[in-house]
Amino acid sequence: MSEAQGSQGKGLGQYLMAHIRDFGLLFALIAIMVFFQIVTDGTLMRPVNITNLFLQNSYIIIMALGMLIVIVGGHIDLSVGSVMGFIGALAAVMIVQWEMPVSLTIAVCLVFGTIIGAAQGYWVAYWKIPSFIVTLAGMLVFRGASLWLLEGQSVGPFPRSFQALSTGFIPDVFGIDRPNGTALAVGLIAALAIVYMGLRKRAQNKAYGIEDEPSGLFWGRNIIIVGAMLFVFYKLSTFRGLPNVLVTMGILTIIYAFITERTTIGRRVYALGGNEKAAKLSGIPTERLTFLTFVNMGFLAAMAGLIFAARLNTATPKAGFAVELDVIAAVFIGGASMSGGVGKIVGAVVGAFIMGVLNNGMSIMGIGIDYQQVIKGLVLLAAVIFDVYNKQKQG
Amino acid sequence: MHTLLEMRSITKTFPGVKALDTVNLKVAEGEIHALVGENGAGKSTLMKVLSGVYPHGSYEGEIFYDGAEARFGGIADSEAKGVIIIHQELALVPLLSIAENLFLGNECAKGGVMNWPETFRRTEGLLKKVGLSESPATLVDKLGVGKQQLVEIAKALAKDVRLLILDEPTAALSESDSQALLDLMLELKAQGVTSIIISHKLNEVRRVADSITVLRDGSAVSTMSAATGEITEDRIVRDMVGRDMSARYPERDRKAGDMLMEVDGWNVFHAEHADRQVIHDIAFNVRAGEVVGIAGLMGAGRTELAMSLFGKSYGQNISGQVKLHGKPVDTSSVTKAIKAGLAYVTEDRKELGLILDETILRNTTLANLADVSSGGIINEAEETKVSERYRKAMNIRTPSVFQRVVNLSGGNQQKVVLSKWLFAGPEVLILDEPTRGIDVGAKYEIYGIINDLSAQGKGVVMISSEMPELLGMCDRIYVMNEGRFVGELTAAEASQERIMSLIVTE
Repeated sequence: MSEAQGSQGKGLGQYLMAHIRDFGLLFALIAIMVFFQIVTDGTLMRPVNITNLFLQNSYIIIMALGMLIVIVGGHIDLSVGSVMGFIGALAAVMIVQWEMPVSLTIAVCLVFGTIIGAAQGYWVAYWKIPSFIVTLAGMLVFRGASLWLLEGQSVGPFPRSFQALSTGFIPDVFGIDRPNGTALAVGLIAALAIVYMGLRKRAQNKAYGIEDEPSGLFWGRNIIIVGAMLFVFYKLSTFRGLPNVLVTMGILTIIYAFITERTTIGRRVYALGGNEKAAKLSGIPTERLTFLTFVNMGFLAAMAGLIFAARLNTATPKAGFAVELDVIAAVFIGGASMSGGVGKIVGAVVGAFIMGVLNNGMSIMGIGIDYQQVIKGLVLLAAVIFDVYNKQKQG
Repeated sequence: MHTLLEMRSITKTFPGVKALDTVNLKVAEGEIHALVGENGAGKSTLMKVLSGVYPHGSYEGEIFYDGAEARFGGIADSEAKGVIIIHQELALVPLLSIAENLFLGNECAKGGVMNWPETFRRTEGLLKKVGLSESPATLVDKLGVGKQQLVEIAKALAKDVRLLILDEPTAALSESDSQALLDLMLELKAQGVTSIIISHKLNEVRRVADSITVLRDGSAVSTMSAATGEITEDRIVRDMVGRDMSARYPERDRKAGDMLMEVDGWNVFHAEHADRQVIHDIAFNVRAGEVVGIAGLMGAGRTELAMSLFGKSYGQNISGQVKLHGKPVDTSSVTKAIKAGLAYVTEDRKELGLILDETILRNTTLANLADVSSGGIINEAEETKVSERYRKAMNIRTPSVFQRVVNLSGGNQQKVVLSKWLFAGPEVLILDEPTRGIDVGAKYEIYGIINDLSAQGKGVVMISSEMPELLGMCDRIYVMNEGRFVGELTAAEASQERIMSLIVTE
């Protein structure tokens, strides 16, 4: 094992090879963006399109956070698309038909989604029924339930306050407005935070004598990331500023990255997916943990449902159709393993963006939906083959 | 008598171990030849060489079968010649019928289309031969282990067997099922089938075998023949264990302290078959600073005992009492057992002990994350410090604790498992085959760790199939056989012969 040697001062190439998955994903995203930027004559990175990219993919990314945890725990959830559609329908019926207050509706919907997750997780965790089957059933049930709830009609429109969940923007606290000062400031702070955390991690690695990233690579990577971030935030600032969903998404991503990487519960989910029997014999309540991953997934699916309905400004019986497949694809493109125990939140988010940029770019180019599906399928396959190939090579 | 099989100077090496060292074996046509020896003596390896599981070229030496040199490239080759091996783990498909199992891979079919009437007719004939009255359509799942064993033999008969190899056929069988099986072997012998039987049970071997070859540490040490009356249990036992105690055990100041753990009236039923009791009314105790051994052969129920004690991780309908420091404790879940002060180091570290894809660090702290976190948030610096400390204390040979355990050697992996359990801070450690599959140097280090634990006043329960190890390490040894404790020996009383005779005379 080359990795097991762990000697200091290794070459840049060797380090790249050892971490090819992490870098590969990032470079793939950048390459795809550059490619579409060129072939669409710059349409892709227009401020309005970048804003749209976030709006269009927010619900996928939010569900990918939960799906990553479910998959790391060794399971899968096929019902998220239907649950998302059902919650959107519930929100529409409550607000539009029953005229209930927006805040109460949001709270009820989130609780409802959590209960749905719990109901499915219960069978998976405590009855050991394969998650594939339980959630396949859930997918059918909630697709039917939303049809029933909406009586086959589209229900809308929503009041402004509900729409703001998705299409609202953070006002400019600096009062400059164009470019939007808040967006610039947030972008700058986020970029600095990434560099700061990278440096801290480096210092830690040094203290513990862990094989370190060559400093050239570290700075190169950070300059690219920071540059890309500042670029995106600048573009956003010249349009309407920070979309609310971007803020929601960003905060959720940070929270879930923290949970998976720094908390005991996160650690235990990885152990559960890595070797359930060994985890159980180490005193980890594997059943309860599995249950909780589904509860969390239900909550996030509900949140995605609200955001999706708010963006379309209407709830339709077809909402959420086949969305679970995009979510699952994003997680696998992001490097998670089907057998559980492996995967990162950041990977899932980048995976979702890759899918999103592909969708968006191909639509701008006017590629038909037929080719789009084929290309997306092949990208997923290629990403997983790449993973398996690397794993085999490493032995 | 005509010699059917002769294996000449068979040597088989695995990375780091010589499993077989110039072994000779001669089997006459029409006899039952028994192969006996301790666990790890090389019996199963020798039979795998014979049956082509280890193909020609992967071992040294020659095999002569039926007068000609045989070079089996795989099981299919040996089966074509009528050499059929029935492994310890039965190779039946539980959800297929007896008939389907009997002809699996050997179907009565024409152009791929099954001939069911023929299949059933032949199955009935074969079942009659082995004394089974079940319908050919019965699912194998519905049969007990004893009957499944008979189905395996019927399957061998379906392939026109000439040399039948049975690897511990009675290990999982009840007394009456074992008798039935032995009777069947004698009957097959009368029909001209030659058999090789691997067994630990000397009374059975003596009953059926015409000749016996004893293997020890990969060498054939003796061959006895019933005809000349040389077979006695004493002699077999002496040959089986007769190795000199060249392995060294680190010295320890042996003094047992206060009573630490007492187990009383412990009964456990099989995890899947609720009517089969695997642990019968076991009672034992461990004092502070004591190393207590549990001796026994594979299948004696030692692991089942340990796992049922540790949070009911094995079995059902568990009854009995566990006391620590004289007070009854609740060990009904792993979490509670750990809290009560128990730790169990599994015999199967890859399946049950480690998260292989994770780092040493993450494996070390897994059973006790509470001590490296506050409010559910892991203190990474503290965690690194802790696992570094154990890495050094245990002498785990890696540059850092950030190596994934999958890449470590067996000895280092075992030290990681031990680190995990030591960090959990137990009072009593149950070590199940703690030195299985690790090299001599690492074994010595593990013994040192066990002695340190005892010096700290912990209680250690050591399960091992290697008797010299138990004799070298333990203050007291309980001898276990078929789910019961059949004897208790102090270090002074214990010897390999006494342990073995307690087991085989039961």
